[in-house]
Amino acid sequence: MKIPKDNNLRTLTIGLIIVLIFGFIATDWFRFMAQMSLATFLVVLGVMLQMRAGLVSFGQGLYLCLGAYVAGMAGYFWGITDVFLLLLVGTAACILLSIVLGFLLVRYRGIFYANFSLALSMILYGLLVKAEILGSTDGFNVPHSTFLGFAPEGETLKIAIFVLTCVIIYIVSLVLHRYLNSTYGYAGDAIRQNEIRVEYLGASVRSVIHKIYVIAAAISGIGGVLTAIAVGHVDPDLAYWTTSGEFVFVALLSGTANVMAPLVGAFLLELLRTYAFEYAPYTWQMILGIAMLMVILFLPGGLWSIGSFRRTEN
Amino acid sequence: MTKLLAILIDGSIYASWVFLMGLGMTLIYGVMKILNIAHGSLYALGAYTSVSLIGFYYATGSYPPMLGYAMLPLAAIAVGLIAGLLIERGVLRFMYGRDEVVMLLVTYSIFLILEDTAKLIWGVNPYFAYQPYGLLGTVEILDLVYPVYDFLLIAISLCCAVFVWWGLNKTRVGKLLIAVIHDREMSMAFGINVKLFFTVTFVIGAAFGALGGAVTAPKVSVVPGLGVEVIVLAFAVVVIGGLGSIEGAMIGSVIVGIVRAATVHILPEVELFVIYGVMALVLAFRPLGLFAGPEVRKI
Repeated sequence: MKIPKDNNLRTLTIGLIIVLIFGFIATDWFRFMAQMSLATFLVVLGVMLQMRAGLVSFGQGLYLCLGAYVAGMAGYFWGITDVFLLLLVGTAACILLSIVLGFLLVRYRGIFYANFSLALSMILYGLLVKAEILGSTDGFNVPHSTFLGFAPEGETLKIAIFVLTCVIIYIVSLVLHRYLNSTYGYAGDAIRQNEIRVEYLGASVRSVIHKIYVIAAAISGIGGVLTAIAVGHVDPDLAYWTTSGEFVFVALLSGTANVMAPLVGAFLLELLRTYAFEYAPYTWQMILGIAMLMVILFLPGGLWSIGSFRRTEN
Repeated sequence: MTKLLAILIDGSIYASWVFLMGLGMTLIYGVMKILNIAHGSLYALGAYTSVSLIGFYYATGSYPPMLGYAMLPLAAIAVGLIAGLLIERGVLRFMYGRDEVVMLLVTYSIFLILEDTAKLIWGVNPYFAYQPYGLLGTVEILDLVYPVYDFLLIAISLCCAVFVWWGLNKTRVGKLLIAVIHDREMSMAFGINVKLFFTVTFVIGAAFGALGGAVTAPKVSVVPGLGVEVIVLAFAVVVIGGLGSIEGAMIGSVIVGIVRAATVHILPEVELFVIYGVMALVLAFRPLGLFAGPEVRKI
């Protein structure tokens, strides 16, 4: 039997190099946009991971916000500015919280899972909005980052953060790709198709979902830290349910077949958002909505499945 | 003592408002198994329509001012019929039989579309329709001054509850609808026109959502994004009570109303947090809500 060749490592590496080169020559705002879509991509990966197991999370903003706030607070209150430390603290906070919340969430499926995750992220939102020490609805500014004692300024700082974002995303995508092609990764797929059979095959559905939930939270937390560093500002809207809704939109639009799929979707969303403010300020949500309906109706596998249609025909 | 009374009255007012939202949502879920995110937009559309109608009515100036209240239900019915029919006939009917989660995503995209539709029709400037709010004057209870309009809200909400309860339990159509709720396929086999029931239920549910917006409009300034917050509140109410249960929606809204009023008066810092806190707490112990029946696990 011929095992299909896995081209993802090659594609990802080429992609990394292209994006890095592009980052050095692109204009400031375009690089920022790419960076934002990369951070969004990480959160969408979290949503996608759960979607593969048939679970729609309408509250992934919880971990985006938590990661961003923990990183911001570490810089603001304790003076930690080293990005690697910030990443560590932010992700650790998300992992801890998700382990605890996971015990509750694994009991839910379908719309109840969506509802419960939404409620949890709204709890964080409600807390942050009233937390005056953290700037209430305005949020607060995150201090400039340093890299292992190296403290760049201005343009250098921006490029350094961009490179860091790209490299982290490269690593996360690779790890996640390996994970999705492992037994555990396929267990998620199996749960979506038929949970009871998975139980009869001897795997614990709850423990698989719990793991998926924690991994998704960790990835989204990284996305949150990167967002905080890139924007230099955090506010409670990160945990609002409409933010999470956008991630669901991207995951749905791109499809769940491949780790790279949401990258396209996240970039499209960011592009649309940037231009929409200028050209269609009152219709861009409508565009999102119509696109989403079209995808649900005609392209259940997302945009990524267009490519695989062609492949199966061959 | 005064504080307790204030909590009770504020709580009831808030509960009656949020109940109107939850009622439509739980009705639609109970019959069609659709958790309708677009309900928030229907609320916003109802608010906008009623503001426009009220403004139009009082601008002419030649009619008795009290009749202006008729604009509120009129707005709700108009939105329910137009938007409800458009959504159900235009989109939802192609999706029946799909997974509940897919339906959730479908209504989410409808929500996004409707949000911008409201902006396109009414623009982004705030609208005011204060006339009905001030017309009834105020009432004083133990040093507490309340606008009579707020009590009208409670009355409207109670009327809706009684109307739905009576409609479901005492009429032929209602009993048929209960049959549809319990077993869609079986009732279809018995010759009930399930599709018609779906359409009618959605229109009625949408009208309730719009009514919620219509009666709130005179109290607030109507701005874009009005429905975004409401939707999660309505979620909280129906989830606490148990999805699809009318009694549950009542209990849920009373719980949410009283708890919110209590925190506003005692500990205002946790106001928003506490509603979702209660929702998460209820879900943690009764995953399907307080009033939901056991669910059959299908293989």
